[in-house]
Amino acid sequence: MSKVPYEVYTEEVEALSVLSPDGEIINKDMLPKLTDDQLKEIMYRMVFTRTWDDRAVNLGRQGRLGFYAPVSGQEATMVGSEYALQKEDFIAPGYRDIPQIVWHGLPLYQAFLYSRGHQHGGQVPDGVNVLMPQIIIGAQILHAMGIAMGYKLKKQKQVAITYTGDGGSSEGDFYEGLNYAGVYKLPVIFFVQNNGYAITTPFSKQTAALSIAHKAVAAGIKGVKIDGMDVLAVIKAVQEAAERGRNGEGATLIEAVTYRFRPHSLSDDATKYRSKEEEGEWNAKDPIARFAKYLEKKGLWTEEDTARVKEEAKAKVNEEIKKAEKTEKMTIPGLIDSMFETTPKHLEEQKADFK
Amino acid sequence: MAQMNMKEAIRDALRVELKRDPNVLLFGEDVGHVGGVFRATEGLQKEFGEERVFDTPLAESAIGGLAVGLGIQGFRPVAEIQFVGFIFEALDQMAIQASRMRYRSGGRYNSPIVFRTPFGGGVKAAELHTDSLEGLLAQTPGIKVVVPSNPYDAKGLMIASIRDNDPVFFMEHLNLYHAFRAEVPENDYTVELGKANVVREGSDVTIITYGMMVHTSIKAADELEKTKGIKVEIIDLRTISPIDIDTVVASIQKTNRAIVVQEAQKSSGVAAEVIAQINEKAILHLEAPVLRVAGPDTVYPFAQIEDTWLPTPTRIIDAVNKVLEF
Repeated sequence: MSKVPYEVYTEEVEALSVLSPDGEIINKDMLPKLTDDQLKEIMYRMVFTRTWDDRAVNLGRQGRLGFYAPVSGQEATMVGSEYALQKEDFIAPGYRDIPQIVWHGLPLYQAFLYSRGHQHGGQVPDGVNVLMPQIIIGAQILHAMGIAMGYKLKKQKQVAITYTGDGGSSEGDFYEGLNYAGVYKLPVIFFVQNNGYAITTPFSKQTAALSIAHKAVAAGIKGVKIDGMDVLAVIKAVQEAAERGRNGEGATLIEAVTYRFRPHSLSDDATKYRSKEEEGEWNAKDPIARFAKYLEKKGLWTEEDTARVKEEAKAKVNEEIKKAEKTEKMTIPGLIDSMFETTPKHLEEQKADFK
Repeated sequence: MAQMNMKEAIRDALRVELKRDPNVLLFGEDVGHVGGVFRATEGLQKEFGEERVFDTPLAESAIGGLAVGLGIQGFRPVAEIQFVGFIFEALDQMAIQASRMRYRSGGRYNSPIVFRTPFGGGVKAAELHTDSLEGLLAQTPGIKVVVPSNPYDAKGLMIASIRDNDPVFFMEHLNLYHAFRAEVPENDYTVELGKANVVREGSDVTIITYGMMVHTSIKAADELEKTKGIKVEIIDLRTISPIDIDTVVASIQKTNRAIVVQEAQKSSGVAAEVIAQINEKAILHLEAPVLRVAGPDTVYPFAQIEDTWLPTPTRIIDAVNKVLEF
C-alpha cells in the first residue's frame, strides 16, 4: 500500500472569502487590518483601474494602443495584491498585469508606450521594483524566483510576487519555479489569477487537479485558494504570504478565482466560448460593486465618489496617452545601441545602413 | 607561471572572480558539492560557501531564469548547463529573456550572466552531450558566444565574460579539458571578447576555425608544410559572435585563399557567416572560393562513427589542396 495520503489531496478546497456578495463580513478572523483611508484608497484604485480599462479598450479600437489585454473583473486581484505589498517588494508581471506595475510606480504613459511597442515603456524608473510585462507565459515566474533569491542572499526582508493565469499554471516554468522556491525557501509569492480561460480553453481542459492551489503540495510550499472577486480576501492572503516570506518561512502559491469580463485580448470574441448565463453569474460577483456595498454601509463611499473618480481617471488617461503619443519615436540606430552595453563594431557598421 | 590544463584554467578564472567580486555566483546541476560532473568547479564551494557556489534542482529553464532574476538584483551569475544538448530546455531564458533584457527594459536592467556548457565531439559521450550548437546562439541578438581552444585563452576569456555586463554563452570543449597543459598566469588577466588570434602564421592559405578544430587544423598544417612546403595561416576566432572579421580579412589579403573549419553541421552555421562576411569585405582578394570543412547536415551520430563524422586532418588537407589548385 502506498503511504502517500492520497485522499487528503483529493478534497475540494473552498475559496476563502471575507465579504459576501452583499458586502457583509462573513469571515471576521480574516479581515485585513486597514484604516478607513486605506479602504477608500483601495476603492479609488479599483474604480480608476476599471475606467482606465474601459478607455484603453476604446483607444485600442482607435489604433492608439497596440496589444492590450483587458482587465475588467480582475480589479480585486490586481489592485488588492499590489496594495498588500511594500514599495521595495518586486513585481514580475504577465502580459495582463499592467495595473499592478502602474500602482507600484511605473508611470501610466509608459504602460501605454509598452502597448504601443516602444521600448521606453519597459524603461522602469529607478526605485520602482517592477519588470516590464512578460509575453512568454511562465518565464516571469522564474525571474521572480531568482529575484527572491537575490533578496535572500542580500538578507533584505523583501518579497517578489509574480502573476500568471490558470493557463500559465500548466507551463513547465511554473513547476520549476515552485520547486526551486521550495528547495531554497525563497520569499516569493506565486499569484495565479484563475479567470477560467486560457484565451478560449476552459479550466476544465487545463488541469485535472481540483485546484491550482493543490499544486503547491508537490513543491513543499504553502498553497491557498481565495475568492478573487473579494478584494479583502486578496489583501489578506497576500499580506500573510508576504509576512511568511519576510520571516524566512518561504514561498506561497495563491490561487485567486476570478473572471475577466472582456475577451482575452481585443482581437478575440468571447461569445464564441462563453455563455451569456455564465457572464451574468460573474457580473453579479463584480468586485467593485461588492466592495462598494461594504464601504457604503460603513459610510465611506457614495455613488458620487465613484462618479468623481471616473472623471479623474478619464482626465488622467487622456493626459497620459497624449504624453505617450508625444514621446519621440524609437530609431533603428537607437535600437542597435540597446543590444549591448558597448555596441560592437559589426553593429556600428550596420547602423550606417539606416542613416 | 603555472602549468594548467583547460579545465584547471577555467576553475582558476572562476576562483579569481569569486574572490574579487562578492556578486559573482556559481550554480547549476552538481556544480557545488562534487564540483561538476567534470570537476571543473571542484573545491570552489568549500572555498566560497554554499551561498556563492551551489547545486540546483534538475531543471534547466529554472537555472536560466534564476540567472536572469539574480542579474536583475545586481548579481553576476555563472550558470552551468550540464551538457550542451540540454540548452534547448533553457533556450527561452538564454536566447529570449537574458539576451533581450537590455533592449526590453530600455537599458534599465541587464543580464551580466555567463552560461557555461561543456560540448564537443570525439569523446564517445552519450547522445546530445556533444553537439556543436554554437550557431543557434550566435544567431541570437544580444548574446556573445565564446569558444576557447587552450588554457591561457580559457582563463582570460572566462574572466572577461564574467566582467561583461551582457550575457555570454561560454562553450568548453570536452576534448580540450584535459588535452594538454600550458603556461597560465596565476594573476588575473583578460582576453578581449570579439578578438581573434593568429595561432600560426603562413602565406599560402588561411584556415579560420575555433575550439578543438584549431588543433585538428594545426595537424593538417604541419602535414602540409612537411610534405608540400605549404605555409598555412591559422586563425582561432575565440569568439564566434561577434566575429573578428578584421583579423580574417587582414589574413586573406596576405594569403588570398581560405577555408573555414567547424565541428558543427555544414549549413547555416558559423562557417557560412564567416564566408558571407569575407564576401562583403574581401572578395577581390580571393583567388578561389572559400570552402567549408564541417560535419554533414545530419544529426550528430552515435559514438560509433563520430571520428569519421568530425572533420579530420585529411579532410582539411583535401580542402586546402582544392583552394590552392582552383
